[in-house]
Amino acid sequence: MALLEVAGIGKSFGSTAVLRDISFTLNEGEAIAIIGSSGSGKTTLLRCLNFLETADTGSITVGGETLWSADDIHTQSEAAIRKKRLHFGLVFQNFNLFPQYTALQNVMLAEQLLAKERPDYKQHKKEILAEIEAHARELLADMGLSDRAGHYPHQLSGGQQQRVAIARALALKPDILCFDEPTSALDPELTGEVLRVLRDLAANKTTMIIVTHEMKFARDVADRILFMDGGVVVEQGPAKEVIDHPKEERTRQFLASYGK
Amino acid sequence: MSEAGVIWGRLTEAFWLNCQLFGLTLLFAVPLGLIVAFGSMNRFAPLRGAVKTFVWIIRGTPLMLQILVIYLGPGLLGFTSPWPSGSSGRLVAAVVAFAINYACYFSEIYRGGIEAVPKGQTEAGQVLGMTRSQIFFKVTLLQVIKRILPPMGNEIITLVKDTSLANVIANKDIIMMAKEYSAKGLIWPLFSTAIFFLVFVGALTLLFGWLEKRLAYFR
Repeated sequence: MALLEVAGIGKSFGSTAVLRDISFTLNEGEAIAIIGSSGSGKTTLLRCLNFLETADTGSITVGGETLWSADDIHTQSEAAIRKKRLHFGLVFQNFNLFPQYTALQNVMLAEQLLAKERPDYKQHKKEILAEIEAHARELLADMGLSDRAGHYPHQLSGGQQQRVAIARALALKPDILCFDEPTSALDPELTGEVLRVLRDLAANKTTMIIVTHEMKFARDVADRILFMDGGVVVEQGPAKEVIDHPKEERTRQFLASYGK
Repeated sequence: MSEAGVIWGRLTEAFWLNCQLFGLTLLFAVPLGLIVAFGSMNRFAPLRGAVKTFVWIIRGTPLMLQILVIYLGPGLLGFTSPWPSGSSGRLVAAVVAFAINYACYFSEIYRGGIEAVPKGQTEAGQVLGMTRSQIFFKVTLLQVIKRILPPMGNEIITLVKDTSLANVIANKDIIMMAKEYSAKGLIWPLFSTAIFFLVFVGALTLLFGWLEKRLAYFR
C-alpha cells in the first residue's frame, strides 16, 4: 500500500481553479518531483498537503489514515490539523528561518516545544533537552554545518540557510518531506550544495516530494515525475521516461522550453 | 532652607505626579494596546469596524478633552461619579484617560509591527506543528518588538510631556505648581521645569538606545 494517497484534490481561489482533480500516490522511500511552469499549481498542491491552504475537494491519506477529507468535517478542525501536519515536513523557497535564533536553535525549537507535551517532560527535562540538542547537532553535521551551529541566519549564505531549513524540517522526522523550489531563491553557484543534500536524502530513501525547476536533477534523483499544467496533472511516470520520452504534447513543449 | 531650595523641593514633589501618571499609563496602555491591535486585525468584520471607529475617535480628539469627558462626563450625565473624591480620584481619572488614549496609539504601532513580520515566519511555525500562541510568543513577538522599538520610543517620549495635561482636572503636576509661582511674579520655576523633562527624556533615550542595541544581533 502506498504511504501517501492524494485523491481528487481541487482548489479554487475565487473563480480561478488552481488545482483540478489532482490524484497521485507515493510509496515509502520514493522521491517524486513535480515539474511545470509557474502558475501551474505546484506550490498550491504542496501547501494543501501541508494544510497551509485548505483544498475544496478530495482527500489526503497517509499510511491508511485519512488525514483530511473534504467530505468529513471532523478531519478539518484546527487542533486536529496541527498534529496531522507533523506527517509532513516542508522546506520553503525562501527558507523562512527564524532570524532571532541560531542555526542550532532553529533546528531544536519545534522539538523542544513538542517535548513539553510529553507526560514525563517535567521529570526528565534535562535528559530530554540533551537528547534534542544531540539530535539537532547530528542533523546539522549531516548537512555539513557543524561549524555553523552558533551562527544566526543573517550570518549564513543562502545555501547554508536552506540546509539549516532542511535540518529543521527533518528534526521532527516527518513521514514525507516536501520541498517547494528549494533552490529557486539561491545564486546559481549555491544551488549545488543544496541539491547534493537532496541527493543524499534520496539515496537514504527519504520519502520526498520536490517541486523543482532543475530538470536534470529531477531526472537523476526522482523516482517519478509529475508534470502539472493549468492545475491538472498532465503526465506522470518514471522520471527518466517522462523527461526523455514524454508522451504528452504539452510535456514536450514544456521540456523543450528548458532546452531538454 | 533658602527660598529657592524650597521651590526646587516642591517642583520635585509635583513632578512625582507626572512620574506616577507616566508609569501607570504605560503599565495599562502597553498590554491594552495589544488587545486593541488584535481587535483591529480581527477576521470578524463588525468587531474590526467597531475597534477601528473607536481608535479613530480617540486619535481624532484632543487628549485634554478626553480627560475632561472622562472625569466630568458621568456627573454631567446625572450618574454618580465613579471616581474617588479628592486628589486620588483626579489621578485615577487621568490614568484611565491616558491609558485609553495611549493604548490606541500603541495599537497602531503594534499592528504595523505585526503585519511587517513576513507571513512565511508564521507558516514555518505552522508546518512545524506549533500552536498559534507558540508561534506568537516564540517566533513573532521578538521580531515585532525589534521593529516597534523606535516608534514606541517616540510615543513614550511624547507621553512624558503629555502628563502635564492632567492638570486640566486640577492634578497638581509640576507645570501647575510652577504656574502658581509665576502668578505670584516668580518666573524662573516655570522655565526650570524643562530640566525635569529633559533629564527624564534623556534617560529614556538612553534606555531605548540600549534596547535597540540588545536586539541588533539579528535581522
